[in-house]
Amino acid sequence: MEISSRELKIIQTTAELTFNDRLGTWKARWGINRMNFKVDPGLYSLGKPDSNSPVLVSANYKMSFDSLRKELNGVNAWILVLDTKGINVWCAAGKGTFGTQELLDRMAIVQLEKVVTHRTVIVPQLGAPGISAHAVAKFSGFKVVYGPVRAKDLQEFIKSGLKATTEMRTVKFTVYDRLVLTPIELVGNFKVSLMIFGVLFLLNLLGLGPFGMVDFYAYIGAVIVGCVLTPVLLPWIPGRPFAWKGWLLGFVWAVIVNILNGWNGWTAVPQYSILRALGYVFILPPVSAFLAMNFTGSSTFTSFSGVLKEMRKAVPAIIISIVLGIILILVNSFIKL
Amino acid sequence: MKNRYLKNVSTLKLKSDQCKGCGRCLEVCPHNIFILEDRKSVIVDKDRCMECGACVKNCPFDAIEVKPGVGCAYAIIMGWLTGTEPSCDCSGGGGDSCC
Repeated sequence: MEISSRELKIIQTTAELTFNDRLGTWKARWGINRMNFKVDPGLYSLGKPDSNSPVLVSANYKMSFDSLRKELNGVNAWILVLDTKGINVWCAAGKGTFGTQELLDRMAIVQLEKVVTHRTVIVPQLGAPGISAHAVAKFSGFKVVYGPVRAKDLQEFIKSGLKATTEMRTVKFTVYDRLVLTPIELVGNFKVSLMIFGVLFLLNLLGLGPFGMVDFYAYIGAVIVGCVLTPVLLPWIPGRPFAWKGWLLGFVWAVIVNILNGWNGWTAVPQYSILRALGYVFILPPVSAFLAMNFTGSSTFTSFSGVLKEMRKAVPAIIISIVLGIILILVNSFIKL
Repeated sequence: MKNRYLKNVSTLKLKSDQCKGCGRCLEVCPHNIFILEDRKSVIVDKDRCMECGACVKNCPFDAIEVKPGVGCAYAIIMGWLTGTEPSCDCSGGGGDSCC
């Protein structure tokens, strides 16, 4: 009896990104369709690969897949895309979806052993938290070689006989790396901001205001300080906890708001009292601190133990400070009534 | 300028007697915190460790221990609010602040 064999399914791809690919990346950075920015898992051919061509493993988040293939101009290679539920390599490795089991399963599904004669797969180094190289070798016979952290070093890595330099192995977090992550921080807080404006509007209706232009730009400024300025200036702001860095810049912002509105003599608004000025000092810095603290999740160097340690102090301090600030501002409103 | 995080917090432990000096941990560590000395791995800068767990997962001799976890405040808050282990699950709910 003849054993029926499954057909090999190979999807063709290229190293060129189209306008739509780039638009998709831009949209994902702004949180548009980000959770559904996927490619199909499976085996892809890039260029004209043969049975000796290298096999590169990637995730099915389209931004991961695109940033890999765009660096492979002129290379003939196989790309094995794992099903990571549309999450990037590093995060998926942390969750275990970019993992030993999925790699073994996917190699079996695409029948990798029939496509290539060698027995090596190149896994991005940031996939290592999910993959046990020795377990993969034991169960599949394929040797896992960890490639460089950044896809742009891949061509050199392949040329040098799959050897990565220390430089290629080290994660960085440059100003640009941090800047591209800030839109999603802003978008993520948009809904909360709208709710806050809604509450202020209601308080105005109840006669507990007036909350106006100054409150509006003071708050927006604190959000930008926490979501954009602190991440971009991160290593240059003194101190190590993210919440502290955000608080510090937020404090500078609160002082600026007060100077602009009350304490300089010439643009001073008559109803700008010391209570309101103090209220800003109690509210704005912790808003920035909280948002800066949330940037730990986007950073490449914070540990769980570290974040937990800073949060145990920062979260109660943030809550107490904001509550005190709100009381001051409401008291100020009542005095004027 | 180098990004540095809190000191003395990482739960990383290396059991030297079990290490055979294969160098896998040097290969996978994204912050380059191991070196080989006299055919044994040594931690040179524990404060750079982000507890990703890559070294643990790839040590064939179980010589490394770490409590792996996500260094993400948003995930920890969600963990507190829902009473679950913090996980990097940005797809759930309205959460899209991390990774």
